[in-house]
Amino acid sequence: MGLEESIPDSIILTQLDKMVNWARKRSMWPLGFGLACCAIEMISTFASHFDLARYGMEVMRASPRQADLMIVAGRVSVKMAPVVKTLYEQMPNPKWVISMGACASCGGVFNNYALVQGVDRIIPVDIYVPGCPPRPEQLMDGILKLFEKVEKDSLKKKHEEWGRQTV
Amino acid sequence: MTTTKPAEPKTITLNMGPQHPSTHGVLRVKLELDGERVIHAEPIIGYLHTGIEKTMESKLYYKALPATDRIDYLAPMSNNLGYCLAVEKLMDIEVPDKVKWARVCLAELTRVSSHLVWLGTHALDLGAASMLLYAFRERESIVDIYEACGGQRMMTSYIRIGGLSKDLPTDFDKKVRNIIKTIREKIKDYETLLSENPIFINRTKGVAVISADDAINYSLSGPLLRGSGVNYDVRKANPYSGYENFNFVVPLGKNGDAYDRYLIRLEEMRQSLNIAEQAINGMPEGPYRAHVPGVVLPPKEDVLYKMESLIFHFKIITDGFKAPVGSVYQAIESPKGELGFFITGDGTNKPRRVRVRPPSFVNLGSLPKLSEGSLLSDVICAIGSIDIVLGEVDR
Amino acid sequence: MKDELTSFLNERFAGGILAVEEFRSQISYRIKPEALFLICETLQKDGQFAVKYLADITCVDWLGHEREKEGRFEVVYNLYSYRYKYRFFLNVRLNPDRPKVASLTPIWKGANWLEREVFDLFGIIFEGHPNLTKIVTPDELEGHPLRKDFPLTWEQPHFSWNKDDPPEVIK
Repeated sequence: MGLEESIPDSIILTQLDKMVNWARKRSMWPLGFGLACCAIEMISTFASHFDLARYGMEVMRASPRQADLMIVAGRVSVKMAPVVKTLYEQMPNPKWVISMGACASCGGVFNNYALVQGVDRIIPVDIYVPGCPPRPEQLMDGILKLFEKVEKDSLKKKHEEWGRQTV
Repeated sequence: MTTTKPAEPKTITLNMGPQHPSTHGVLRVKLELDGERVIHAEPIIGYLHTGIEKTMESKLYYKALPATDRIDYLAPMSNNLGYCLAVEKLMDIEVPDKVKWARVCLAELTRVSSHLVWLGTHALDLGAASMLLYAFRERESIVDIYEACGGQRMMTSYIRIGGLSKDLPTDFDKKVRNIIKTIREKIKDYETLLSENPIFINRTKGVAVISADDAINYSLSGPLLRGSGVNYDVRKANPYSGYENFNFVVPLGKNGDAYDRYLIRLEEMRQSLNIAEQAINGMPEGPYRAHVPGVVLPPKEDVLYKMESLIFHFKIITDGFKAPVGSVYQAIESPKGELGFFITGDGTNKPRRVRVRPPSFVNLGSLPKLSEGSLLSDVICAIGSIDIVLGEVDR
Repeated sequence: MKDELTSFLNERFAGGILAVEEFRSQISYRIKPEALFLICETLQKDGQFAVKYLADITCVDWLGHEREKEGRFEVVYNLYSYRYKYRFFLNVRLNPDRPKVASLTPIWKGANWLEREVFDLFGIIFEGHPNLTKIVTPDELEGHPLRKDFPLTWEQPHFSWNKDDPPEVIK
């Protein structure tokens, strides 16, 4: 989905790139996917003290079909892993993933039979935010770095390449 | 000429999946519906199972303490308190008075913080969306105190075995008095918003009713049990950590429906602020850790200047202490109900069994009873009024 | 309360009570597995003692300890009486070749989920339970995690990421 498919191969665009990236990053809608303790810090970030709506994340959509950004906040257990994968596949392109907290990035405090050691074993991740739980300011810093990454995107990237990590 | 028979009534099976905005986490409820009426609601849990108990059994007693913060992440100091009281009972340690008073004050502020989050999310489910913002605004001031005490906003691990991790900060008194004054006024605001509101009353009165006999049979505890009229509060029945010295009232309900539980939790917030005020007014002076060489870590100031404290510190951190063979159980009144820790020592420095008796797990077992015969939207109200935390249900 | 309860139990179930232990002012009665259901039913319905609250059911695995010779699994029932504000425990010892004990679901409905959890994590079979299936662990996991011969984890963390050799991305 998106503009990538409707542009023929032989055209190079720079100003259109900038405009599209600006529009995409200033109105990203996150998917409400809080699992455990980090979810409370995520809700605190969306609440009035550390307001996140000033960056364009006005609404938190409940359905994955209407969301752009998935913030995996909390520990992903082995029983929950297929659900995370299904939700990721249901999101339409363009989509980004932030892995919030130590448990989602690498297994965290718990190295045992019941947790997936890092959500990047199941889905590709763009930004990792460390902390247990990360402060709201840390999460906002992670989101701003994601915006910088979106700025460097180009429309030439085909939709099969979504999900590949670009450095 | 064909005649068609009228269709027989069939039931629909609807899945309220693990990712849902109103289930407060990853809870899956399998509903069998006949139109809008619920015939059977079966909760399926396990989507957040972390193996915390097995992790705690593989570590020393001291090192297992930070894992208790993550069990009920809305009331982290209560979990710390329960674990430390159980280990102190196992090792037969007596803590000084200042520690007891400080622990009571922090536990009551934790109760206020947990009930605020409950109020915000419950009202959001029922339609009052702005309550979430108000509740999280008040919670920021309590989280500020956690940060001043323990250095971290949520998982402080401030309450340690034998005392506290550091002395209370110097502006603790002023901050707590400020909080008590502010939140007392704000609770009046919340009451004018919700208590007489006809929409709120219509959605909660007569919904999710459970009788007193059923509540006792289902092993419920906390505001869910007290809403039906049973007077059981661990702080009054088997007091711990100096609660017998404080004056407070335990509110009871009559009908056992969601509206009664809402009123009980509001009143509990007020009583908690009273207890915190009494604790601040009467805070005694003294050491902030018990002096039991070989078991309790010496205070950091001594470790830097005295030789034997340094040696004990080194030995306890690397080797731990040996526990006697036997089991203890310590119950505390957490904001969700009766939280209990059952610890079995086996003569070595690691526990043989750490069992967390989770109030949310046992309370959630009564969801089929609370929601049979009701409408679909009442299931949301029932889940909200049980006040579950999925981290505690699955551990 | 403690002496009256002990003498009451000793009279009524003379063969059932094997031992009385006291540790840190906490009383636990070791009883035979066959006598468990009758004792609990009597205690709940009896007028004088009125033990109506079953707080917890849990299990301890004594593998590798000297207490194992009396039975490897120790199922602990945590009972509380509202009237006397008194708490006591009932212990049942089971061997791994026959880990079966009667279910308390007909007496207390709260025992339903507690017994399912003990079955899931330890493998104790409760006879007469309406729905003894897994509750917290994932469906693919075989075995009972909290037993002492089940490993905590199968992999150790390894630190192998560096700039010259970036990680493989899962597609």
